[in-house]
Amino acid sequence: MLRFFGFRLLRAAITIVMVVTFAFVVLRLSGDPALLIMSVDAPPEAVAAFRTAWGLDEPLWVQYFKYFSAIFEGDLGRSMRDGRPALTLVLERVPATLALTIPALLIKLCIGIPAGITAALHRNSLLDRLVMALAVAGFTIPSFVLGLLLVLLFAVQLGWLPSGGQESWRHAILPVITLGVGGAAVLARFTRSAMLEVLGQPYIRTASAKGVPWRAVVWGHALPNAAIPTVTIVGFMVGSLIAGAVVVESVFSWPGVGRLLVVAVANRDLAVVQCILLLVAATMVTSNLVVDLLYGALDPRLRSGLASAPKGAAA
Amino acid sequence: MTALVTLRDLAVSFDGTPALRGIDLAIARGEALGMVGESGCGKSVTWLAALGLLPGKARVTGSVTLDRAEILHAKPAVLDRLRGGRIAMIFQDPASSLNPVHRLGKQVCEALRLHRGLTGAAARAEAKRLFDLVGIPDAARRLDAFPHELSGGQNQRVMIAMALAGEPELLIADEPTTALDVTIQAQILDLLARLRREMNMALVLISHDLGVVADACDRVAVMYAGRIVEEAPIARIFAEPAHPYTHGLIGALPPIDGPRRPLAAIPGQVPDPRAMPKGCAFAPRCPRRIDACEVAIPESRVMAAEHRAACLRAEAFEAVHA
Repeated sequence: MLRFFGFRLLRAAITIVMVVTFAFVVLRLSGDPALLIMSVDAPPEAVAAFRTAWGLDEPLWVQYFKYFSAIFEGDLGRSMRDGRPALTLVLERVPATLALTIPALLIKLCIGIPAGITAALHRNSLLDRLVMALAVAGFTIPSFVLGLLLVLLFAVQLGWLPSGGQESWRHAILPVITLGVGGAAVLARFTRSAMLEVLGQPYIRTASAKGVPWRAVVWGHALPNAAIPTVTIVGFMVGSLIAGAVVVESVFSWPGVGRLLVVAVANRDLAVVQCILLLVAATMVTSNLVVDLLYGALDPRLRSGLASAPKGAAA
Repeated sequence: MTALVTLRDLAVSFDGTPALRGIDLAIARGEALGMVGESGCGKSVTWLAALGLLPGKARVTGSVTLDRAEILHAKPAVLDRLRGGRIAMIFQDPASSLNPVHRLGKQVCEALRLHRGLTGAAARAEAKRLFDLVGIPDAARRLDAFPHELSGGQNQRVMIAMALAGEPELLIADEPTTALDVTIQAQILDLLARLRREMNMALVLISHDLGVVADACDRVAVMYAGRIVEEAPIARIFAEPAHPYTHGLIGALPPIDGPRRPLAAIPGQVPDPRAMPKGCAFAPRCPRRIDACEVAIPESRVMAAEHRAACLRAEAFEAVHA
């Protein structure tokens, strides 16, 4: 068990290093921050001075090495635009993003899972078809389109809700709905197919054959099994709490991490972009670890697989 | 003696395709009936339909009575009480028939709670007694095991223990040994035979293997393409099979002694359920076929005491092979 999680932890660390490295290389190959920030008309001496100041004149591998050694001292660099520490800049934005993504996650869970279960239990009924049609619509409409449609309807036409900004909780309603709908749709489809898979298993028939009332068959025998695949997709949603709202934040002018990322990329503000990507990779990897732990709790077959197979092939 | 369970003209179809085409059968208290026939002939569907365990798209008609009370299409609450309580069922693949995420003890205790109102320590003690009864070694510890930690044979014993939890009057064993290896098969069959005697329980043993049924049952019903084609006491079916299909099944059994001979396979295949012949379903494969066989489905007729067969040529056939 310990060796298994040691292995997973190591793999998580490698994943994060790879993400950071990839971001480092791509950002440096795809444009010159000195020219972007100083503007193209700036005198060459000023541009050169900027490069020296930020270490951009050094060979790439030296920059990479310095960047990495700084990370281990907790220094994620400074924003090239205003000189503040990148980490501070990013962490300032996290609460605003979570204010959208956490309520959206609750919507996904509270609508997606019950809808999927209901559809599966009434397979091929009118209800099932209705739920699935809504689900298809929900995850095929891109969030920026849905966001703009909601703004058009509730802000422009009806005037019930503000179209953007972050002044009050009412400003959060439309972005939260926009975020929640797509996820709820995905979760509904996932839960439905997981339930259908489980309901076709022989042990469900066994439970009915021994006289378990249908409601108890569903709750006691089907759901604990259907939870196993559903946890995977929920874990993914939890992992994207920090950075899952880039588009929606842009549509609704919500000052969160996502918008900071868009601005920082446009400005080639290297330290900020890398800091955000590091944070995103870390949350995703952490939530994957938690999902692995939950698998063990939900599925006894994996639990004994973990005890006997330290390589973790079972996960 | 009045029958415990009676099926009358039980028919099942899936999306308009008939799977069961009128079954008449009676099970007496305490008797052991074997049901044989090849895969897809409707052996399992008969009992899944009788207990209301088929998926919703199945159309079930006819009548199933338990102690003269109609149970087909009964209310869910009525069915839940008798399923596992009066009629229990075990299945072919024990490993996937047990819930993989629940401990074995919990699964058995659930049946004890539902049918005998036992909970907590009392249920656990009874579950342990049942595990001992079906011959699970180290029963107390096995109660806390999960299905994947046991072998197929042990899991089938757990299934049997769970089926016995409600002290049923009838146990339906649907190919209980098909997924197990041969030595374990014999043990499970012996166990079923012993439990039946000790608990005075009726047994329906579904199998595609006439040999398996011969050992464990008093009487056998032979099914072909959704119908019972012959029904007789075990000894009689081997001595004087009336239906050519039964004859073919017996011919396909390897003899345990005597000279080696090639096993006789029945030529042809089971007809497609969507395109059943108008007359006898076995006619296209039957060596004794006459034109009349293809006109109408033959009625089941009495051959001798407790012996019925649905074949126009039954007497003639018997005369030839006597």
